Amino acid sequence: MPLTMLPEGKGCRIREVRAGKELKRRLIEMGFTPSSSVRLIGCERGNLLINVNGARYALGKGMAMKIMVEPDSLEGVELG
Amino acid sequence: MVENKIRVALTGNPNVGKTTVFNAITGSRQKVGNWPGVTVEKKTGIKEYGGRILEIVDLPGTYSLTAYSADEVVARDYILEEKPDVVIQVLDSTNLERNLYLTTQLLEIGTNLILALNMSDLAERKGEDVNIPVLEKLLGISLIRTTANEGKGINELLDEIILRSGSASSFPNKIEYNKKIEDEIRQLERILAEDEALMTRYPSRWLSIKLLEGDENAHSKLSSSNVQFKVNKFLSNLISEEYEAEMADKRYEFISRVLPQVSKGRVERMSSSDMIDKVLTSRYLGIPIFLALMWGMFELTFTFATPFMELIDMFFGSLAKIVAVNIDSPWLSSLLGDGIIAGVGSVMLFVPNIFILFFLLALLEDSGYLARAAFIMDRLMYSMGIQGKSFIPMLMGFGCSVPAVMATRTLEDRADRLITMMVTPFMSCGARMPVYVLLAGTFFGKQAGSVIFGIYVLGIIVAIVSAKLFRSIIFKGKPSSFIMELPPYHSPSAGNSFKYMMNQGSLYLKRVGTVIVGGVVVIWLLAYFPQGVEYGSAESYIGSLGKLIEPLVAPIGFDWKIAISLIFGFLAKEVVIGSLGTLYGTGADEGMLSSALVADPIFTPAVALGLMVFTLLYVPCIGAVAVIKKESGSWKWMLFAAAYSTAMAWIMAFVTVKIGNIIFA
Repeated sequence: MPLTMLPEGKGCRIREVRAGKELKRRLIEMGFTPSSSVRLIGCERGNLLINVNGARYALGKGMAMKIMVEPDSLEGVELG
Repeated sequence: MVENKIRVALTGNPNVGKTTVFNAITGSRQKVGNWPGVTVEKKTGIKEYGGRILEIVDLPGTYSLTAYSADEVVARDYILEEKPDVVIQVLDSTNLERNLYLTTQLLEIGTNLILALNMSDLAERKGEDVNIPVLEKLLGISLIRTTANEGKGINELLDEIILRSGSASSFPNKIEYNKKIEDEIRQLERILAEDEALMTRYPSRWLSIKLLEGDENAHSKLSSSNVQFKVNKFLSNLISEEYEAEMADKRYEFISRVLPQVSKGRVERMSSSDMIDKVLTSRYLGIPIFLALMWGMFELTFTFATPFMELIDMFFGSLAKIVAVNIDSPWLSSLLGDGIIAGVGSVMLFVPNIFILFFLLALLEDSGYLARAAFIMDRLMYSMGIQGKSFIPMLMGFGCSVPAVMATRTLEDRADRLITMMVTPFMSCGARMPVYVLLAGTFFGKQAGSVIFGIYVLGIIVAIVSAKLFRSIIFKGKPSSFIMELPPYHSPSAGNSFKYMMNQGSLYLKRVGTVIVGGVVVIWLLAYFPQGVEYGSAESYIGSLGKLIEPLVAPIGFDWKIAISLIFGFLAKEVVIGSLGTLYGTGADEGMLSSALVADPIFTPAVALGLMVFTLLYVPCIGAVAVIKKESGSWKWMLFAAAYSTAMAWIMAFVTVKIGNIIFA
């Protein structure tokens, strides 16, 4: 599921970055690599504040839609 | 001996403390920012050490050597084209994985690399100690542990620079890509080898890798080469879509093989920064907290500055009396009294405000809070056609528009960048502060702090509304989605903020000494001559000039003195009050300019407010206009910025005065 759907406070791992090659490379360079651990700190109308491997990023909604993640535990998460 | 000089480049991810290391080495006081893009141009410093001269260049932060934005191109081109003798990569010990990504690229270029493991005290506290000997062995390069803000490890770093300056790099563990890619790298290297000149400039393996990645900047290096055609033909036969991601993965794979051997895994938990962020950036509290902090800042500035202002006022008042009593020559007495003391004095009066405002801004920035403002403001800004990241140059505009316009380089998208550049000068810079303090202090008494706060907020609103206008008329489309790293919160250092304040404050004093003295002397000359007329009267040269342009601002309620001041304010906005001081020739009066303005019937509270609004919005100072020309690369945009802002100023001031006349009647 896209990162935008992750509930606040929940941890997850990145599965895939679905973006054009430029953006994909940039995100990878910033540390958004497959299996990195991500935690959602806060969310503001789809804009996210996230913690990736200990570094904090502010992320626009458009960008966050392109990052596919897998929640650490599915408990309490509605899929679909 | 020319050989004596060692050229050293400092590079690293944003926010790892490059500028702190630079300052610790060179002893200079470059601004240490807590948001990305503070170093937008390389800065050079000189250090003598061990009988050698080190030329240290501080480069803008970058995550990789694939250049996206203008500031990253600066960093990459310096390393690639200037070939410094030694490159120091500053690493943040708390996020090694991502930092080492840049390391792998620096090694691929074959730079003579030293790693400075900065903020190691923080990492130790988090229990993430790094095994330095093992990491050194795996990478084949030296590693120095530094805590730059305390000056720890700097001498060791300098020793290492001297030790390594003569030697070539030796990276034993080159990153192996998969067989197919390696094969293609070799084929490309063979093609490139035909151009010998090219090969002396760039490492062939590196250039081949970049070409395979589809790096446009690398392609442009081939533009005048005879192998360009062959390379293009070779590349067009490949399906290269997936290459760069695959290659990036390989680099991370290399890192992930290295990391477990040198560092214990991190303990993931909610950090205090995360918790503070939850509150400060939350949906309902974010904007109110931001506004409250700004309001508090202006109130504090005003309260703390008042006693100092009274002292300065007394000083210039008595200086003027001494001149009036002791100098017989009427023209010299007028030049000193009416011209320099009145003009410069009215600007100097606001030095305490400037210093205090800079100090408070530096404290807020140092704490890491200001970087959050971009996130907080993004919701509002995005709907107005400007991305959240643009708020950072805009915030820098509270200090000075010149570096703020330069900071737009961190924006990747050209439309985003131009829009931000056009609206950044609406953020009220430090030079405009004296105008507000004088007028608000004179006409609004106890409410002065709130009035000034209101003017700053008006600047933000005009900037955002203008962005909306540009986005819907000139640059149709949506702002690009943004991503930016936020520094962790830490308690701000009063020492650093003090240094920054002194730095910025002395720049301000320098302006007073040069531009402003020059401006007021010219105004005095024009006000004193032709011989025989009353000083500063409508019959003097400046009076006739003023009368000529007065009709342009008369509808707002401004007279010729205000018109002249605004014209000279183009040099530097402080000159607006410097000129008023000179024109009113207030040198000998107690209370100086303030009381002269109150006595002049043209100055009503409404006109004072209108003049503040006009000063806020009209054409930015000559320095800012020049930097807009430079950064946009076009006269058209420069002229547009000047015309648009002046038109905006006229309209808003007109409306302000009309409404003011009703309210204050």
